[in-house]
Amino acid sequence: MSTVTIDKSGPTRKVKYGSMSRDRTWALRWSYFFLTLFAIFSLVPPFYMLITSLKSSAEISAATNPWWVHRPTLSNYIELLTSNQFLRFFWNSAWVSIIVVTITMLISVPAAFALARMKFWGSATLATGVFLTYLIPDSLLFIPLFKMFAVFGDWTGIQLVNRWYVLLFIYPTLTVPFCTWIMIGYFASIPKELDEAAIIDGASWFQTLTRIFIPVALPGLIAATIFAFTVSWAQFLYPLVFTTSTDQLVLPVGIITTLIKGDVFNWGQIMTGALLGAAPPLIIYAFLMDYYIAGLTAGATKG
Amino acid sequence: MADVSLRKVVKRYDEVEAVRGIDLDIADHEFVVLVGPSGCGKSTTLRMIAGLEDISDGDIMIGGDVVNDVPPKDRDIAMVFQNYALYPHMTVAENMSFGLRLKHYPKAEIKSRVTEAARMLDITDLIDRKPKQLSGGQRQRVAMGRAIVRNPKVFLFDEPLSNLDAKLRVQMRIEIKKVHQKVRTTTVYVTHDQVEAMTLADRVVVMNHGKIEQIGTPNELYHKPATRFVASFIGSPAMNFVPCRLEDVGGKLNVRLTDRLSFPLPPARAVRYQGLSRTDKLLLGLRPEHIMEARPHAEPGIEPFDAMLDVTEPMGMETLVYFTLEGSQLCGRVNPNAGAQDGSPLRLAVDLNNMHLLNEVTGAVL
Repeated sequence: MSTVTIDKSGPTRKVKYGSMSRDRTWALRWSYFFLTLFAIFSLVPPFYMLITSLKSSAEISAATNPWWVHRPTLSNYIELLTSNQFLRFFWNSAWVSIIVVTITMLISVPAAFALARMKFWGSATLATGVFLTYLIPDSLLFIPLFKMFAVFGDWTGIQLVNRWYVLLFIYPTLTVPFCTWIMIGYFASIPKELDEAAIIDGASWFQTLTRIFIPVALPGLIAATIFAFTVSWAQFLYPLVFTTSTDQLVLPVGIITTLIKGDVFNWGQIMTGALLGAAPPLIIYAFLMDYYIAGLTAGATKG
Repeated sequence: MADVSLRKVVKRYDEVEAVRGIDLDIADHEFVVLVGPSGCGKSTTLRMIAGLEDISDGDIMIGGDVVNDVPPKDRDIAMVFQNYALYPHMTVAENMSFGLRLKHYPKAEIKSRVTEAARMLDITDLIDRKPKQLSGGQRQRVAMGRAIVRNPKVFLFDEPLSNLDAKLRVQMRIEIKKVHQKVRTTTVYVTHDQVEAMTLADRVVVMNHGKIEQIGTPNELYHKPATRFVASFIGSPAMNFVPCRLEDVGGKLNVRLTDRLSFPLPPARAVRYQGLSRTDKLLLGLRPEHIMEARPHAEPGIEPFDAMLDVTEPMGMETLVYFTLEGSQLCGRVNPNAGAQDGSPLRLAVDLNNMHLLNEVTGAVL
C-alpha cells in the first residue's frame, strides 16, 4: 500500500513544493536502505544452505571459496530422499502438524467466538488469561510437562513419552492460546450488527459462527492456520525432550540426532535436510498469501 | 402482522437509566417513528422490542403476547440496520433468503418470495452480486428485502437512511413509504431526523432523556406541541422563542416582548390566556412561517413591526430572514420579492393567530 502511494508521488518529487516532498524522499531512501539490509540479513543463511547442500563432503572441507560450488552434485538430495529414516521424520512431522492444526482450530475458533461475542461473566479476564498463557516460554514448561506425562504413565499404564503422538497433546499448549488470541481480534472486528442480523434471522449461536463468522473471518482463520502449522512444524525443544527412538522423531530433531554423529557433522546432508524441511511452510505461504491479505469483510457494512 | 405494546418499559445500565418507563401502543399496520436527539433512548427502545437488549423492568407485548423473555428469533420480527449489516460473503439472493433457509422453507417458496421482494425493491438485476459490488442505496434495498421476504409480524428500522447522502435519503424515504403501503406490516422506525419522522410516520413518538415527550400525528406535533422540546425539535428552521410577559392594556390582553414592542392578542388567544399570571416569565413561540413581511392592509391578529435584518438566506420559493430581538435570534420566512437584504431594515409582521405561549421555567406549552 505504502509503495503505491510513494510511486504516485514520483513526478512531484522533482518539483520541490516544500518540506513534504523532501521528507518523503528521505523516508523512501531510508526504507530502501533498511529493506535491503534486512533482505541480505535474512536471505544469506538460506543461500549458504543451498550452496552447501550442492557440495560433496570433500568440497565442503576443502579450503576453497565457500560461496561457490565448483563441482555441483545432487548426491545429498538423493541420499536423503531415498533414506527411509529421513522419510519417516518427514512423515511424522507432517502427521503431527496436520493433526495439531486441526485440533487447534477446533478449539480456538469456538473459544475465540465465545470470548469475543458471547459476553459472559469473566469473559474479559479469560481472554487476557489466554494471552498470558502464551507468554510462558516452553523452556519453562517442558520439565513439569515431562513429569506430568511420566506420572500419568505410571498411574494409568498408558505410556505417552517417546511416542510421536505425545506431541499432539503438547503442541496445542503453544498454538491454541495464540490462535485464540488472533481469532478474538478478527471476530471483534466484525460489526456487531452482523451477528444481530443473523440472530434476528433465526440463527443459533452455532449457526452464526459457522455460517457468518467463519466465512467472514476466513483471512484471519487462514493466518491462524498458517501460524499453527509453522509452530508445529518448526518446534524443536518439545520433540527433543519427549521423543528419543529414531522412528518416533520429527524432522528438526531427526536431522540433528541422526546426521551429527559425535563430533562428525555431515554438513551437506544437514543443510539439504533443513532446506527440504523448510519447503512445506514456504509452499503453504506462497499459496495462501493472497487469502492472507484479501479483505473479505469489505462491503459488510457501509464503506 | 400484529400490534406492539410497551408497558412501563425501563432499561438500566448499571447506574444509568437509558429508558425511564415508556408506555406506547402501536396498532396493527401502523407506521410509528421514534425520534429524538442522540442518547434519548430511542434506539435502546427499538432494540428492546427486537430482543437484542434485555428489559430491566416493564412488559413488551407483540400480538398480545408478552415477549420479555422470548429470544429475537422467536419474536417474528425483522430489522434493518443503519450500516445495512449484509452478510459480505453471500450474494444478494443468499442474503435475502438466509432467514428462510435457516427455517427450512421449501426451495420454490424461497425463490418466489425473493423474486417478489426483489421486484418490489427494483433490485432484480443485482440478485447475484455480492454486497461490496453495490452502492449504499442498493445495499439498503437489499437489507429491506431481507426483512420483507421473512414476512414478519413487525418491521424494525434503526436509522436506516443515516449513511446515505441527502438526495438518496429522500429517494429511499419514498421507497420505504411505498413498501409499507404495499405490505402494511406494523413498523417501528427510529431516526434522529425530524423530517424523516414527519414524512414517514402515521404517528411520531418524540423522546428525550429516556422519556416520551409527546405522541401524535405529524400535524399534531407540528401545530400543537406539548412541550418546548417538541416545539423546537419538530420543524425546520426551528420555532422561534422570545421571552415575554402578559399585560392588560385598556382592558385588552397584550403580550409584551420588549420595552417598545407589545402586541394585542387576537380575541381567541386572549380568552385562552386570560387566566395566566401577569408576572410569570413566559416564552412566545412562533414558527418562521408566522413571521412574514408586513402587508399593506391590516388583518386580525397580524401585527407589524420593524426589524433590522442580520442575514438573509434566499431559498428560491422564499427567503429566510434572521434578525435579533432582545438578544434572541429569530427567523422569518418572507416572499422573495419583499426586498429583504443583509443588514437592511424590513417591516415584518407576526401572525399571533398561530402563536404558542410557553412557561419559561417548565417548558410546558400553555
